[in-house]
Amino acid sequence: MDDIAAAAGRARYALNPMYLFRWEATQDAHVLLYPEGIVKLNRTAGEIIELCDGCRTAAGMVEALQQRYPGDDGRVAEGVYKSLEVFRAKGWIRRQA
Amino acid sequence: MPKDGSVVRLDGEGKPLWLVLELTYRCPLKCPWCSNPVDYAGDGRNELDTAEWKGVLREGRELGALQLGFTGGEPLLRDDLEELVAEAHRLGYYTNLITSGIGLTEARLAALKAAGLNQIQLSLQSSNRTLTDTLVGARAFDLKVKVAHLIKAFGFPMVLNVPVFRQNIDQVNEILALAEDIGVDYLEFANIQYYNWALINRDELMPTRTQIEAAELAVQAARERLGERMTIYFVIPDYYEERPKACMNGWGAIHLTIAPDGAAMPCQEARTITGLEFPSVREKSLAWLWNESPTFRKFRGDEWMNEPCRSCSEKEEDFGGCRCQAFLLTGDAGNTDPACARSPHHHLISEAVARAHEPGRTIHPLVMRTDANSRAQSQVEPDHV
Repeated sequence: MDDIAAAAGRARYALNPMYLFRWEATQDAHVLLYPEGIVKLNRTAGEIIELCDGCRTAAGMVEALQQRYPGDDGRVAEGVYKSLEVFRAKGWIRRQA
Repeated sequence: MPKDGSVVRLDGEGKPLWLVLELTYRCPLKCPWCSNPVDYAGDGRNELDTAEWKGVLREGRELGALQLGFTGGEPLLRDDLEELVAEAHRLGYYTNLITSGIGLTEARLAALKAAGLNQIQLSLQSSNRTLTDTLVGARAFDLKVKVAHLIKAFGFPMVLNVPVFRQNIDQVNEILALAEDIGVDYLEFANIQYYNWALINRDELMPTRTQIEAAELAVQAARERLGERMTIYFVIPDYYEERPKACMNGWGAIHLTIAPDGAAMPCQEARTITGLEFPSVREKSLAWLWNESPTFRKFRGDEWMNEPCRSCSEKEEDFGGCRCQAFLLTGDAGNTDPACARSPHHHLISEAVARAHEPGRTIHPLVMRTDANSRAQSQVEPDHV
């Protein structure tokens, strides 16, 4: 179990190149734009995807967000790992080899 | 930290999120299912110029538009396309080029890439050279396949759009193989919708239910086989559904189309509805056209609805279907789309399906989209079919 958790922490994620991720002032939100589609992201989703730069590890992302939102490290970590899995399943981000 | 990763899909909140520019009705192809107006040749050439299109782009962004489609006709026939793409990119749009591929050279691809174009949607009609060239009325197949490979070589995300009808629906597997070979990211099998040229040719183009079911099975198998490598869409023909399509997400909800002459429309077919006025961006601001024009307000929301839509529990899902189809088939754009089985006019749909597949019916040649046919068809008083 620890091995699996460690492997998950070492994973790196990058935005799927089909998607354009940016701040959209008219929506007051981050958006994903892609062929024939728009997704408006809530604040959490935007903050996580912003960190998917292909270099940072998932553990590094958790750490960055724990610093931004101190007080409940366990919940932040759980939220980040769960979100990464959801976003990967949606095809927005890809796990780097 | 706010709650974990639930994701908000975008509701328009009254903004025209999708702006579609029909830069021209001119086109090198003669597709008999073309969605352009049947009388496109009647007005002569009255296209907005570069500065006018740039004005539309600027005002569109101010209204909150995010997705931008350059279409036509064939948008590559405008030699200011690259300039308009660059301006759109600068303003912050996600830019989509919707093209037949005719005229898309390496030089233009390089210029479009430099201008910041985000995505290219290329149309392909068949996996077979002779059939393609016959259907589009030009030697287009080899060129389209070459262009498809070039688009990928330039690193553009690519949608391969296949309009689906009786003549090509049995080629789903062959088209899938071709798309896989090209490295297409999104493959869209779009059963054609019967407006304008497609409506004239409806009896010849409509596939059978058996054909559609076989095509859907082939698509399902391909999805399982290809997984994440290719996203495959299969747009169902509404003539075979019991419920209408949620056309444009509702009239004047998130879609704004500008015709070559600057007319603002809630969708690309809206001018088929007679009795509505479509003022141009030459006369009015885009904000007025979107927010205030009587045409955009006419079918916005659900106040306009008649029964059975008015009291229907699904009215917020399908918005009563398509106003243009209601008009074309029933003569009143305020009626329920007859594609809905609850419509008192639904028999018009079932009869059309039956007529198209009647044994021993007279086969008519396809009426190709040509200037001559456009002028000839415009002389005929439109008849409700």
